[in-house]
Amino acid sequence: MARFPFSAIVAQHEMKLALLIAAVDPAIGGVMVFGDRGTGKSTAARALAALLPPITMVDGCRYGCQPDERGTCPDPCTSAKSRRAPVPFVDLPLGATEDRVIGALDLERALRHGEKAFEPGLLAKAHRGFLYIDEINLLEDHLVDLLLDVAASGESTVEREGLSVRHRARFVLIGSGNPEEGELRPQLLDRFGLSVEVRTPEDIDTRVAIMRRCAAQERDPDAFAEEWHAEDEKVLRRIARGQKLVAKLAVPDGILEDAARLCQAVRADGLRGELTLMRAARGLAALEGSRTGRRAHMVRVAPMALRHRLRRDVLDETGSAARIERAVDELFG
Amino acid sequence: MSDLALGEALLAARLLALAPVQLGGICLRGGGPAREVVLEALRGHLADVPWRRLPLGIDDESLLGGIDVAASLRARSPVVRRGLLAGAAGGVIVAPMAERLREHVAGCLAQVLDGAGAFALVLLDDGANDERPPAALLDRMAFDIDLSAVAALDHTPPPATAIPFDAVATDEAALSALAGTSVALGIESLRPVLCALAAARAHAALHGRTALAEDDLQAAARLVLAPRATRLPASEEPPAEQAPADTPGDATDEPILGDQPPQDLVLAAALAAIPPDLLARLSSGTARRAGSGGSAGRKTRSRLRGRPLGARAGMPRGGARLALVDTLRAAVPWQGLRRTEADDNARIVVHKADLRVRRFEQRAGAVTVFCVDASGSAAAARLGEAKGAIQLMLAQAYVERSEVALIALRGAGAEVLLPPTRSLTRARRELAALPGGGGTPLAAGIHAAHALAEAVAARGRTPFCVFLTDGKANVDANGSPGRSAATADAEAAARALARSACAAVVVDIAPHPGAEARKLAETMHARYLPLPLADARALERAVTAARRAPASA
Repeated sequence: MARFPFSAIVAQHEMKLALLIAAVDPAIGGVMVFGDRGTGKSTAARALAALLPPITMVDGCRYGCQPDERGTCPDPCTSAKSRRAPVPFVDLPLGATEDRVIGALDLERALRHGEKAFEPGLLAKAHRGFLYIDEINLLEDHLVDLLLDVAASGESTVEREGLSVRHRARFVLIGSGNPEEGELRPQLLDRFGLSVEVRTPEDIDTRVAIMRRCAAQERDPDAFAEEWHAEDEKVLRRIARGQKLVAKLAVPDGILEDAARLCQAVRADGLRGELTLMRAARGLAALEGSRTGRRAHMVRVAPMALRHRLRRDVLDETGSAARIERAVDELFG
Repeated sequence: MSDLALGEALLAARLLALAPVQLGGICLRGGGPAREVVLEALRGHLADVPWRRLPLGIDDESLLGGIDVAASLRARSPVVRRGLLAGAAGGVIVAPMAERLREHVAGCLAQVLDGAGAFALVLLDDGANDERPPAALLDRMAFDIDLSAVAALDHTPPPATAIPFDAVATDEAALSALAGTSVALGIESLRPVLCALAAARAHAALHGRTALAEDDLQAAARLVLAPRATRLPASEEPPAEQAPADTPGDATDEPILGDQPPQDLVLAAALAAIPPDLLARLSSGTARRAGSGGSAGRKTRSRLRGRPLGARAGMPRGGARLALVDTLRAAVPWQGLRRTEADDNARIVVHKADLRVRRFEQRAGAVTVFCVDASGSAAAARLGEAKGAIQLMLAQAYVERSEVALIALRGAGAEVLLPPTRSLTRARRELAALPGGGGTPLAAGIHAAHALAEAVAARGRTPFCVFLTDGKANVDANGSPGRSAATADAEAAARALARSACAAVVVDIAPHPGAEARKLAETMHARYLPLPLADARALERAVTAARRAPASA
């Protein structure tokens, strides 16, 4: 079944932007999406994965090795052939066990041949793609920790049941959750690169537009995909250009200073805020085809880079985004 | 009256049979025999697809498929077993006692519903009060019908010749009518809106129409949108407010609404189908936000039953269950060696050290019960402090998955102002207005706290009582004033609480901490904490510290 085209997603601009920045620079460290059910969170993430061009991997490799990495995975893979596969999108079910996530002893081979082999888990499956976790706030803390570790290092190390395996696991981590149902510990939240808040569209026109597109997609998925193909291609070109630009994109010292001042003004804890802010600004600049990072880029990504790092004051109900905007106005307004 | 619910359920079953994938499924709440009638009807409509029943305690292997260990051992080669989800592809999954479905299972089902939607889900909800099936599932299925009030079982559906679902086209007017209705009813999630559109198309197909008619949209609004309403339209004229008294059937041909635009008609149909008690709950501000969010209570309850964690080494005794797969996993790497040692070629040699037992998550969070003396002049300030402390504690609650409740002592008795909750949003709303004043019915307060603590303990959580009082009781257990009787009653209540071994702390909030509160704490076997100038933060810190070390009291 054809996926919903990314460019056909109505509204939700901040979420789409955050996902695009993460696609341009996966090292940004994952995107956390706060919001109610039924606001298109997983649709957007899936659509982005489906939009990206297929990847080439060694034929039959369980770890998704690139052809020039042949034989470097734990198996190691040997096939001289390579094949093209869609960008992986792994939807981690709530309550997944550690075994399923990081992998475990391959029971089949153990029973049949009595040999000790590793059966890769979902982390290996998500390599070079996306790992989406709905209701991450209800996931066990140690698993979230583990996932963030792997997302940051791009490598999964398994030391258990007499197995010692290390394999690549580079993916964009996307978590979603509704804060009303329980919150994520601040330590874990801080480790997410970007965070966005999605709201359900309240105006009727937007809702009608969403219904119209969903109905059209359901009626004839292929025709609908064809209709949006050109738009999706445009997005794809932006990502590809961004990926090329981002590596050598320079951020002037002045902007770095601004970023530091902004972090100080909103009292974002730790250095991660500044680093992510800088990275996100660079990602946005690259996405827009700019050769240098500008203050406007930095200001635009400030809410998504800092929102979840502010020290929370329960007795003060001002939202994080509002505090960041206020600080931006005071500093640069 | 109530047989209408049965008629609606039977209609929903017919619609579901026409578009099982688009509509996702149906949740049937309560109803006993009536539910059987609906299920029987649905079985009749969907006779030629697989039906699977979802066992409540299903494990991953049975749900998603995996290696069948017992069969594998017998066959000496791995036997792969198909999971229930794969077996139900294109069919129907019936989940009895859906209000107890574990989050994990619900998550797996939701994933499949989200994907190709390979099956229709029937949830049988036997929940009492607030217990409902996981919101993640309810959000993904079109129908949620309460059968608990159905009295008569005879119902003959009107004859209809259905055309294929795909033959029904949609139009702009229908989209905006349904979208407008969903906004007016405060339905945040967009999935129900899409389900409503599918339901309208199924309704048209059932009646042999290729275009959507007014009737179809109204049926969709009634069946799909109305049960999820979280508010009534802001500026609605009186007729709509009275509408719930009407029967859903009547609403469709109400003459007054004749020349109104379609959206209003659809909204009126939805409003007519909203149960009367929802109105009462909406006006008192305690209605559950159906379909989206607000499910902290349910979640916590299901968590209590324990989610399976991994296995650990240990003997399967004292209630611990053997984890067969993990045991084999532990044994397998050594088989070569052991076979040589034991000179036994035939069997898998399992040693005691290989045995693994299942572990279940025990996230039995703590419930802190605040019992606040709201009498006298300082009442407002004290309640304010308690309120602040509660919000601060809730902000931290995610660390320990703990909950907070509040009881106020005022006038002649005690009142539970905030039942145990984890949601900061809910606490904020319910703590917004807290009047104080009157005497100090300490005995009643201790009784109330005791009762709440026992209820909490019965649900597998650990209660912790915090009394904010100066200990000077002046209203006895029966609500009549009188210092000596009040003190005696309070002492008796405190002794009863002490016997229940519930951990407690008495925070003395008198300007000059005195003997009364100290004595109360002693009787109660509680910690005594003089805190004359407490603000919300100090109180929160003190209570948290006391709770962490209640044994040292």
